Amino acid sequence: MIPRVYRIEHRREEYPGTFTLEMSADRGRPVTCDPGQFNMLYAFGAGEVPISISGAGRRDGLLVHTIRTQGLVTAALERLKEGEQLGVRGPFGQGWPLDLARDSDLLIIAGGVGLAPLRPVVYSLLDGRGRARRTQLYYGARRPEERLFRHELNQWGRAVSLVQSVDHADSDWPGHIGVITGPLQASRINGPETIAFVCGPELMMRFSIRVLLESGVPASAIFLSMERNMKCATGLCGHCQWGPRFICKDGPVFCYKDIQPWFQIRGL
Amino acid sequence: MKTIAELLREHPFFRDLAQADLEFIGGCGENAIYATGDYLARENEPADHFFVIRSGKVAVETYLPDRGPLCLQTLHDGDIFGWSWLFPPYVWTFDARALDEVHAIRLGGKCLREKCEGEPRLGFQLMKRFARIATERLQAARIQLLDVYGQSPPPQGDTW
Repeated sequence: MIPRVYRIEHRREEYPGTFTLEMSADRGRPVTCDPGQFNMLYAFGAGEVPISISGAGRRDGLLVHTIRTQGLVTAALERLKEGEQLGVRGPFGQGWPLDLARDSDLLIIAGGVGLAPLRPVVYSLLDGRGRARRTQLYYGARRPEERLFRHELNQWGRAVSLVQSVDHADSDWPGHIGVITGPLQASRINGPETIAFVCGPELMMRFSIRVLLESGVPASAIFLSMERNMKCATGLCGHCQWGPRFICKDGPVFCYKDIQPWFQIRGL
Repeated sequence: MKTIAELLREHPFFRDLAQADLEFIGGCGENAIYATGDYLARENEPADHFFVIRSGKVAVETYLPDRGPLCLQTLHDGDIFGWSWLFPPYVWTFDARALDEVHAIRLGGKCLREKCEGEPRLGFQLMKRFARIATERLQAARIQLLDVYGQSPPPQGDTW
């Protein structure tokens, strides 16, 4: 439970207010993480925040986090430069059930920074650790320039078929303009043989789930990553209690079938 | 070569419509091909047609004096464009421009209106389908307005 000190090796601005840190452990072996898990990142003197892992162990054992600046702690993390240090506790939580995708069509639906916790899934497919019969990635964002990982999205074509949609764009944008559920609705989803991983703003997830259920994807084959106010990350403090579950310990990835009764309860 | 009725049957908008109805509607239709940059419709011009997009990509645009054309939505195969032919004053509200080669079935608005007036059962069938599409697009526009991907404040009482 004591944070390990990590050093920032590389820092990249994805777009204003959103950045990616690649970090190495100052001492000891780097931790191993499952796609979908998160770490508590500690900006010294400011505080700790839960952030999904957006890559790990792929290049020189570096731990990768993609962060959007929202408050005091994330603003402190944003100010850190290459070579500076931060504390890391984790990894925590349950990740994406990649083993269930082995004999299914895998549908990845991401919105905005929600692509970050799904990138390790794509990496797993690219390097052969994960397998799916066919993979489609639907990515929705605000504008083309407000997409994550723009430098590598097109390279993912080897492992996934990518459909992108933005809310606003100029006419030279080759993808869709409109909400991501539009192209999702138009796609041919083989419902009973599909497993879906969904991460993004909760409203986007609600509408995506509606389309998935209409397409015949069973509730037991829909998985989503939830975000709530997490503090201890071990299920002790109760900050992230959601219905009878704790997001930090039982999630952040949940099967829709298990959380359906309280997913639609307002304010929970 | 397929008839217009056969082509309509392949399109999701006309799914499960009776063959006789498809042939009835097909009588108002013709095949149309638009090259990249061609306009299917121009704002404020007479809305004489309804487009069933078979392949290609169409931008629904409006023009802002200080910004030029602004794309509101893209439409693709399986989509339809245009309901301005249904209501007076029968003029287009937006531009529709082909972003690549577009293959469509162009149905005559006046012809369709007359057929629907004379055959209310079919008119109601078509209205239900238009209402569904209009509702879906309204929902999509509302979600776009919410700007869900934009910066949001941290959870209440937190310092994220």
